[in-house]
Amino acid sequence: MSAQMSQKSMLGRRVMLGAPLVVLAAAGGGWALMLRRMAGGNFDPHSLPSQLIGKKVPDFDLPGLNGGAGITGAELQKPGRTMLVNFFASWCIPCLEDAPMLNQLAKTGLPIWGITYKDKPADTEQFLSQHGNPFGRIAVDLPGRVAINWGLYGVPETYLIDASGIVHWRYAGALTQRVIDEDLTPLLHRLGA
Amino acid sequence: MIPELGHFAIALATVIALAQGIVSIWGAHRGDARFIAAAPALALSQALAVLFAFLALVWSGIVSDFSVINVAEYSSARTPLLYKITGTWGNHEGSILLWCLILSVCGAAVAGFGRNLPSALRARVIGVLGLVACGFLLFTLTASDPLGRIWPPPSEGQGVNPLLQDPGLAFHPPILYCGYVGFAVAFAFAVASLLEGRVDAAWGRWVRPWTLGAWCLLTGGIALGSWWSYYELGWGGYWFWDPVENASLLPWLTGTALLHSAIVVEKREALKIWSVLLAITTFSLSLAGTFMVRSGLLNSVHAFANDPTRGIFILVLLGLVIGGSLLLFAWRAPVLQPAGLFAPLSREGALVLNNILLCSIMAVVLAGTMYPPFVQLIFDQQISVGPPFFISTVVPLAAPLMAAMGLGPVLSWKRAAVAPALLRLWWAALASLIVVLVGFYGRLGWAAVGFGAALWMVLSALAEIAERSQLFRLPIGTAWARLRGLPRASYGAAVAHAGLGVAVAGMVGMTLASHSIILMHPGDTTKVGRYDWHLVSLTDGRGSDFTSRIATVAVTNARSGAPVATLRPARRTFPLQQQTTTDVSIKTNGFRDLYVALGDERDGGIVLRINVNPLAPWIWLGALIMAFGGGLSLSDRRLRIGAPVRFVRRQRTTAVKVAAE
Amino acid sequence: MRRLCFAAGLAILLLQVAPAFAVSDPSELLANPALEARAEAIGSHLRCLVCQNESIEASDAGLAKDIRAIIRQQVVAGRSDKQITAYMVQRYGTFILLRPPFEPLTVLLWGSPVIALLLGAAIAFFAFRRQRREAAASAPIPLSPDEQAKLEALLRS
Repeated sequence: MSAQMSQKSMLGRRVMLGAPLVVLAAAGGGWALMLRRMAGGNFDPHSLPSQLIGKKVPDFDLPGLNGGAGITGAELQKPGRTMLVNFFASWCIPCLEDAPMLNQLAKTGLPIWGITYKDKPADTEQFLSQHGNPFGRIAVDLPGRVAINWGLYGVPETYLIDASGIVHWRYAGALTQRVIDEDLTPLLHRLGA
Repeated sequence: MIPELGHFAIALATVIALAQGIVSIWGAHRGDARFIAAAPALALSQALAVLFAFLALVWSGIVSDFSVINVAEYSSARTPLLYKITGTWGNHEGSILLWCLILSVCGAAVAGFGRNLPSALRARVIGVLGLVACGFLLFTLTASDPLGRIWPPPSEGQGVNPLLQDPGLAFHPPILYCGYVGFAVAFAFAVASLLEGRVDAAWGRWVRPWTLGAWCLLTGGIALGSWWSYYELGWGGYWFWDPVENASLLPWLTGTALLHSAIVVEKREALKIWSVLLAITTFSLSLAGTFMVRSGLLNSVHAFANDPTRGIFILVLLGLVIGGSLLLFAWRAPVLQPAGLFAPLSREGALVLNNILLCSIMAVVLAGTMYPPFVQLIFDQQISVGPPFFISTVVPLAAPLMAAMGLGPVLSWKRAAVAPALLRLWWAALASLIVVLVGFYGRLGWAAVGFGAALWMVLSALAEIAERSQLFRLPIGTAWARLRGLPRASYGAAVAHAGLGVAVAGMVGMTLASHSIILMHPGDTTKVGRYDWHLVSLTDGRGSDFTSRIATVAVTNARSGAPVATLRPARRTFPLQQQTTTDVSIKTNGFRDLYVALGDERDGGIVLRINVNPLAPWIWLGALIMAFGGGLSLSDRRLRIGAPVRFVRRQRTTAVKVAAE
Repeated sequence: MRRLCFAAGLAILLLQVAPAFAVSDPSELLANPALEARAEAIGSHLRCLVCQNESIEASDAGLAKDIRAIIRQQVVAGRSDKQITAYMVQRYGTFILLRPPFEPLTVLLWGSPVIALLLGAAIAFFAFRRQRREAAASAPIPLSPDEQAKLEALLRS
């Protein structure tokens, strides 16, 4: 009788002392999942979500490049069609990779507006003449303050705004064919652009 | 040729380690004397093989054999010899080999020093170490080859990272690793005892010195790293709660807990299951600390070369080592019989409180470090956990720990009363309280409480020694005799506790630092703290593989104008690595650091960061005192393994000497 | 853009850029020491977004510089610490806060000290209770009054 009892309590204690093992299994499983997703490219501990998703862009008024038309917040808060806004700079190296992708997108008829970040207009001009100009309009943010209001943390960054002015998507870094095919294109289809 | 031989030695060591694991554990299980006797020899030969491989790597570094990838990438012909050597372990592959070397040396040390251990237990310990070593050697061999060749070899290497060209950082990894890996022995003892199904006072006595040794080295390693960041980075800070720092703090916390719980096992045969779990946890955290920080998943300011396949390999390896031991723990720990009874209020009870608080701090640091990646994984949201979180959660847990630290050692075993214990410490308590009040009067705010706590730790440690020797009660001669008769372990504990007090005083002092960042031209003077800082000149200098810009800053007492010190901070430019480092200049008088770092040159002047850091050196002094206390305790004859044998031998040699005279 | 600045735990780092301290242009600091101290306190609780684990105050990344300047403008303009922090959170989310806010998502994080202490206390409590019970079970059975009388008689004789 007592031997049976102690057998039972022994099992209970084994279960209890197995708790650290359960904790380890959970932690290890989590790590494994993170490593797998990181290797697959869909888990980046350094990425940062945009606060603008689901909202309208903030108010601002920026002058255009070399006397061209500028961009205001009001225009982007009700653009009337789905469009992209791209922050870029001539000094930014990933922007070189970004340029052909934007050119390719512009050819599909998607309107893209550009905002230069802390870039001298002359340098921007040269950058555009060298790498193509996919932008319908270009505004200049020399002090970089409007960018901060958007929550920008580097260049290039690309924002997708729908016809009613809601930001649906933000991509930080140079666009790649994979990102366009897997993220952007389906979104554009959903928005009916 | 030599690198290939080294590579072969690693392969050989892997096979030996596997044999060491299987033969020893199987032999101990079957009680086969021949197999048990083979264990020490296998451990020793494994250590020799790994040592050979490591020396092969160091040799390639010394002769600048750039056909070895590791040397080509992290060394150059112009690198000073010291850094050619230390550079070999200043990178991922080399450091893993160093790690394996220390592990195998630990196994050999158990074989060599553990002669008075029961041979079956010793075989099991060696076997467990062998299995762990086998796993990591296999990792070295397949995924992290330190001796890989490159063809054609480059004519010049890429050079050692200038930041690592520093004696502090050159010896930081070996010391830190010795600490991490030293806990492997405690782990092996824990697993061996689970295999045997027996933990007794003797277990506590064997585990303690290994834990103590590892703890001293880890304390030293962490302190060295923190000191390096203080003087090399020019930031004025010493601890940033970065994941990589936290990774070294975690095993230190549980290791400290183990150190204390093992006392209870040794003295009272209680807390057995808990101590075994702590030993497993400590080594597990050491493993995680060494390897997980390289997975690229933690938002650390340290960039490690990471590679997801390597990460998976390591994860599986850690899963086997930690998971296997925890499974064994769940299965076998209920068999362990508790013995010593004690009341909650007793020395044992105080040590339990110490363990709860230390493990809570560990849990908080672990939670803070791991929360961001897990939140992102589960909820797809990004959060940051930075220094403000750690400070506001760790300090409230550390405060009762410090208070209890003074009280614990004067409580009696089994059952104690607080009142008489407090009565013995009344003067320490009073003095600390006065410091707090004076501090508040001097508008130090919370720092006053910090200084009070620091003084409490130092004074209560002294009070404990005075109490034990009945100092001030017995005639001075008798008390002196009693003082001399106290075991070194008692002194060690008191010294280590006082050391923490000194370190805490330093940390609190640092919160009162004054600093200024200012653009100065030669001839300018500014006031920071109670000093005038005068920029005398800006000159150029030259070193073995760098050029430098040196500022000369004369510091005088702002009130009297008396000269205090001359500082020469510099900025070094390393053309090969295209890097610039700051060479901070620090002048200390033991109570405050004058600290100047150089920034950019602009408009004909230069930007200076000037700090006056009160009590800053005490942080590292305190850590050193703690490690010294540990060493003192380690030198206690009761703890030395094989001591009786040696003691007899020494007596005999003295007898021979006397006869000769 | 990422700069790596500090290491103490381990040596296996590839530090990419020289460590220079954050504020390389003192002219961005406020002349009023009280306001500057306030700005520093706010900035030291905000994370530099492009770095890994540094505060805005500790980083010399361009964005950190801009945010430092904005903090100082707003401090001078008389906005409260809370308003300034809220301004930053609105733009960059709670990710920018080095001290995460207490919210459902961080309950386990902020609760970790309490949970750990309670767990420790519970383990200690149950271990004590079990130890008591086992000790009581293995303790010798007390003598019955009869036996007691016999014992006393034996002792007397």
